Amino acid sequence: MKHYETVFILTPVLSEQQMKETVDGFKSVITGNGGEIVNEELWGMRKLAYPIDHKSTGFYTLIEFDAEPDFVERLDTAFRRNEKVLRSLIFRLDKDAHEYAIKRRSLKSAAKAEPETTNEETKED
Amino acid sequence: MAQTQSEIRYLTPLSVEVKKKKYCRFKRSGIRYIDYKDPEFLKKFLNEQGKILPRRITGTSLKFQRRVARAVKRARHLALLPYVTDLMK
Repeated sequence: MKHYETVFILTPVLSEQQMKETVDGFKSVITGNGGEIVNEELWGMRKLAYPIDHKSTGFYTLIEFDAEPDFVERLDTAFRRNEKVLRSLIFRLDKDAHEYAIKRRSLKSAAKAEPETTNEETKED
Repeated sequence: MAQTQSEIRYLTPLSVEVKKKKYCRFKRSGIRYIDYKDPEFLKKFLNEQGKILPRRITGTSLKFQRRVARAVKRARHLALLPYVTDLMK
């Protein structure tokens, strides 16, 4: 079971409920195929650095999960098939990335209030 | 008396470029992974147009310059960083 991390952007035109539905849809795809979700973060609506198909904001979601290598391709096709997803990125966490992710998670849960300042600072939501 | 042997006077004091020893900030601060989700930190490695600064300017080692480049390209893919911009970030 390798560690993966995926970030995807949903179109802002969706209603809150639809957005939640799509995110849960992807989560069920992961858990359904033998993956297990380690961490999940909703960054919410953020301004894009450049317009993606004429939209300037997007709903960001981060999911860290463990899965079999051959499953990732299926998740990727799920992202491509769903037209609500503007952009998606899946990548395998290597050793350093994995350590960093663990530290970041513990940091985030511990320091919910004040964000740390070093490079491994958590993303201030 | 003629002027003493006229030494050359410069309009502006000649600032000799002291060669600052560059160092790789990642090695020094022991950072091992550069997070692509953190655009503020990555901006330190981009110039005004959003292009990645070369190693000779930032002084980072080859290993970490590649990681910075990969992180910046991932951030650009996810629209956390612009591909090209003209405004001062």
